[in-house]
Amino acid sequence: MDFGFCLSPSSHVKMDSVDLTTFNSLKETNPDINTCIACGSCTATCTAGNFTEMSFRRILLMLQRGKEEQAKKMIQKCMLCGKCTLVCPRGINIRKILLDITR
Amino acid sequence: MKENILIIGGGAAGMEAATQLQKLGQTPIIIEKSNALGGHVAQWDRLFPAFHPAKDVVEQMLANVKGVDVRMNTEVADIQRNENGFKAVLSDNTTIDAKAVVLATGFDLFNAERKQEYGYGIYNNVITSLELEKFFRTGKDERINNPKKIGFVHCVGARDVKVCNTYCSKVCCTTALKQACEMKEVFPDAEVYTFYMDLRMFGPGYEDLYLRTQKDFDVKCVRGRVCEVSEDMDGRLVIKAEDTLFGKPLKMTLDLLVLMCSMEKNKSIDAIQQKLGVANNSDGFMQIKDTYLGMNDTAKDGVFVAGTCTAPKSLPDTIAEARSVAVEVFNYINNR
Repeated sequence: MDFGFCLSPSSHVKMDSVDLTTFNSLKETNPDINTCIACGSCTATCTAGNFTEMSFRRILLMLQRGKEEQAKKMIQKCMLCGKCTLVCPRGINIRKILLDITR
Repeated sequence: MKENILIIGGGAAGMEAATQLQKLGQTPIIIEKSNALGGHVAQWDRLFPAFHPAKDVVEQMLANVKGVDVRMNTEVADIQRNENGFKAVLSDNTTIDAKAVVLATGFDLFNAERKQEYGYGIYNNVITSLELEKFFRTGKDERINNPKKIGFVHCVGARDVKVCNTYCSKVCCTTALKQACEMKEVFPDAEVYTFYMDLRMFGPGYEDLYLRTQKDFDVKCVRGRVCEVSEDMDGRLVIKAEDTLFGKPLKMTLDLLVLMCSMEKNKSIDAIQQKLGVANNSDGFMQIKDTYLGMNDTAKDGVFVAGTCTAPKSLPDTIAEARSVAVEVFNYINNR
């Protein structure tokens, strides 16, 4: 019998079961990704980010929180203009990393 | 034993070191390249965290340093080590024999023109933190005309590999909040925003200042680094940043933008530093002997350091270091 009730799935990020394979292999070739201070320069200057959800800062977080599919979907918005790489105060080669993720 | 101690730099560190060394029975000699003692502190209006007038501190320090041999408008032209210590030739061709040298040469403010994307030197309404202090002191700045919207940019020339300064400049966070509050005092109707990455409120009373900034002064802190500044048709500034907490890029029109410039080592001492054999660390400041127990020592015997020539520091930090260098020098002279 359906009483119209259900359990809401947990919205927690399940850190115990997060699959970090992509992030870890990315880290091997691009150790800089650990130095991000989440300042948002990349997003603020992003050509695509002015019209879409595109945000490199969040892509890095998504990969570390088990949202790889979401991250890859977001990368499709990137136009590879490289302005993010120009402004990054940590000197992260963002354009290359975006290409590496989709490779 | 009473010995000559050559102190290079007449800012807060040099003055305090001289004061203490004189009390310890030594003969400190201050070499100051400008025409006044007080260094950067003398250019400041009020100090964080409690809005204390900088003038009071400088006047007190000037009174304390009374009786010390001060050579104004003078630089060290040459310095040689000999069996008695050091022989310095000054720019006025006088020589000084000293048993020890204290480098208290301080910092230079980061040249904001190097971050061209912020438009300093290009747009009229972009000013530096130092210029704002001058406005507070004198009440005069042509660029500040009753602004309605004011922005502060943190970490200009700090934590930024693009200008080769990866270090945190330590004091700009607290200074930005202090100046933001002061702007609200001068222009109560203005909206004041600060753009930060982390607010590093590391000292006693600093977190209280942060609370007051939000509660009493209604300053809005936005978490995100300004990446670009441009000018609109009316000559107002348009800034771009990401509001990283909201997760969206942000655009805002401002009447005035203040750049919180970092500290860099004062490079005018480089030639003398080289002659003394004191190296720089990876941040470009002078290398100290040990982080914990040798912060006043260099790798060279008889050459000591104090203040912001070794790293960005607050005024209390600098004064504490100047006092400790006096003890270090005193012990060195007396072979203790």
